Amino acid sequence: MAYALQQLINGLTLGAMYGLIAIGYTMVYGIIGMINFAHGDIFMVSAFIAVTAFTLLAAADVSSIPLALTFVLIVSIFFTSAYGWAVERTAYRPLRGSTRLAPLISAIGMSIFLQNAVQLTQGARVKPIPPVIEGGIVLWDTPAFTVQIGWSQLLIIVTTVTLMAAFTWMITQTPFGRQQRSCEQDRTMAALLGVNVDRTISLTFMLGAALAAVAGVMVTVYYGVVDFFIGFLVGIKAFTAAVLGGIGSLPGAMLGGLLIGLIESFWAAYLWAEYKDVATFGILCLVLMLRPSGLLGRPEVEKV
Amino acid sequence: MSTVVFARHAMTPAERLRDAGWVAFVGLILGIPLVGLTTVDVGGRLAVGTRFGLLAAAVATVFAGRLLLHWALDQARNRKLARARASTATAADRAHGAQKAVMLLGWVALGASVALPIFYSDNRYVVDTATTVLIYVMLGWGLNVVVGLAGLLDLGYVAFYAVGAYSYALLSTQLGWSFWEALPVSGALAAGFGILLGYPILRLRGDYLAIVTLGFGEIIRVILVNWTEFSGGPNGISSIPRPSFFGLEFARSAPEGGQTFAGFFGLDFSPMHRLIFLYYLILVLALLTHAFVSRLRKLPVGRAWEALREDEIACRAMGMNTTNIKLSAFAIGAMLGGFAGVFFAARQGFISPESFTFTESAIILAIVVLGGMGSQMGVVLAATLLVLIPEFGRNFAEYRMLLFGAAMVLIMVWKPGGLLSHREPTVRLNPLGKPAAAKEAA
Repeated sequence: MAYALQQLINGLTLGAMYGLIAIGYTMVYGIIGMINFAHGDIFMVSAFIAVTAFTLLAAADVSSIPLALTFVLIVSIFFTSAYGWAVERTAYRPLRGSTRLAPLISAIGMSIFLQNAVQLTQGARVKPIPPVIEGGIVLWDTPAFTVQIGWSQLLIIVTTVTLMAAFTWMITQTPFGRQQRSCEQDRTMAALLGVNVDRTISLTFMLGAALAAVAGVMVTVYYGVVDFFIGFLVGIKAFTAAVLGGIGSLPGAMLGGLLIGLIESFWAAYLWAEYKDVATFGILCLVLMLRPSGLLGRPEVEKV
Repeated sequence: MSTVVFARHAMTPAERLRDAGWVAFVGLILGIPLVGLTTVDVGGRLAVGTRFGLLAAAVATVFAGRLLLHWALDQARNRKLARARASTATAADRAHGAQKAVMLLGWVALGASVALPIFYSDNRYVVDTATTVLIYVMLGWGLNVVVGLAGLLDLGYVAFYAVGAYSYALLSTQLGWSFWEALPVSGALAAGFGILLGYPILRLRGDYLAIVTLGFGEIIRVILVNWTEFSGGPNGISSIPRPSFFGLEFARSAPEGGQTFAGFFGLDFSPMHRLIFLYYLILVLALLTHAFVSRLRKLPVGRAWEALREDEIACRAMGMNTTNIKLSAFAIGAMLGGFAGVFFAARQGFISPESFTFTESAIILAIVVLGGMGSQMGVVLAATLLVLIPEFGRNFAEYRMLLFGAAMVLIMVWKPGGLLSHREPTVRLNPLGKPAAAKEAA
């Protein structure tokens, strides 16, 4: 029982991170109808930026944790958004209105490029940083097992919920949110009505990248190690989360992320840890077969 | 969505500089965290190192590159305009001429590949590399059916390659099957996997297919790594028997009751015999693949693939069973990948999950995409280039994947159809060379 509770906490933490990345997939998919394959690698880049920033802070002897976190978040969000913008501008915008396959292939190319660029410039070895936040609250102390929620876990969950609320508010209430939704529905009509479609799409990419940057900082804090390959698997899992929740739907992405996180940690705890990735892909196939529009998504209608 | 294209006014030099400056500035921002700063391991802890010289060089390169790119684009545009004014040839004529050139190139390449082992019969390295090129050509042709003809993006093609390779490895080491017995069975197994995977997901849109195939490729690899009793785990399977030449072994001494190739033909034993035999074997397999695919393209099913690639909704409206058509493309592509896998296992004599990573899938996809989706000759060119480039400069090898990625993006942006593809349907209502008036009337 205590063990299960601990797995629940771990799963929620993992799920919150997947959810943050999944929002990036979902928003981009919603607005231009393509899978941004490079999103996982944008996340990876942000984790590297976070490592560099943490190391810089350590060299400068900054000991206040809130200050350090704020600094790292701002730096990481700034640079990662720049990456999100640049990726959209170079690899996707020229292909808007092209065939379906072309932006997808260009996205894969971008993903390979980013992975190898980071490997070449930052080295192929795993980058460890000393733990940033240690300790936690002991929830339940049984003789056999101690259930504990770490401060970093709490931080991840709270940040995710806050960001989620902020995003929902932004999409539903602000002028930018309205513009974004109008671009989703009909890009030509939105352009005719004075919405700057290019700018809206660019901003969407930057926001997605910013969320990935938050996730990247969280992963760095939580695990303390990054390497150039983390974007690949995490990207696929976050994408699975987006599909599971219904691609194009923000709450769906969050729900999907949490479910994937929970399934993964329970699967690893009770079944076979080595096959936990297989479980995720299995779920992806099942969802696509049984309910292609996801849990919270609307069925897609194709118009000619 | 159609967009209105306005005539572009030529940029003034000042605008050029400002534009290049802006691009260089973006490059600077992007470069700071990855190029300008780096973390280095100092006694178990990380420390930040700076490489501002490198960063400055990179930004300067970006600046100059942007200016140069604009200049080159202008030149190309002017030349094109001049040529269009000067020549009276129609687009159809030019396409016809290009097709003829590609045909000629194909025959030359065929002649060269048949003659290659004759001229290099004692150069192990050349024959080996050529064999590798041909494996990739075959894989490219197989994937071309799926991606180029049917327009289904398969990111886990290497899974079928792995199925073929492991089928042969297991059938031969566990059950003692020969290469020729195992070849069709392994191909069928790969096709079976293709159908098994394709059936539930082919009803879905293209991008979902891409991600599921990607996942499938990883699943196969994870299973191969972890299911040790079945696949040998990370250690793989070794001492896989080599194919024989109609029962004649390529060995120094004959097995019991058998004969060696060298002994039968009264030649001195040479390890090159086997390499050359393997080379011709993959050449024949690849040519068979080519013939098979070319014939398929002329059958109704091949026509249906191309139609499906161009417009799925129209196909459905015409009453075509899109799921079955996609499934056939997927299964045939998988089967060809399986054949290539069998050959790979037989040639290496050793396989492990290391050979079947996503990188491999990406390379095969890059071959198809760079060569021009749907173009058989383009695949040959791309495979040759991608295998030879890292061979020429070993220092270059670590940049290979980086260049792959960049090339995939650039080629998509520049020519979304690929290098050699003109994305022309195989059949058209008014064949090439007919008067243009007929086209307008249609």
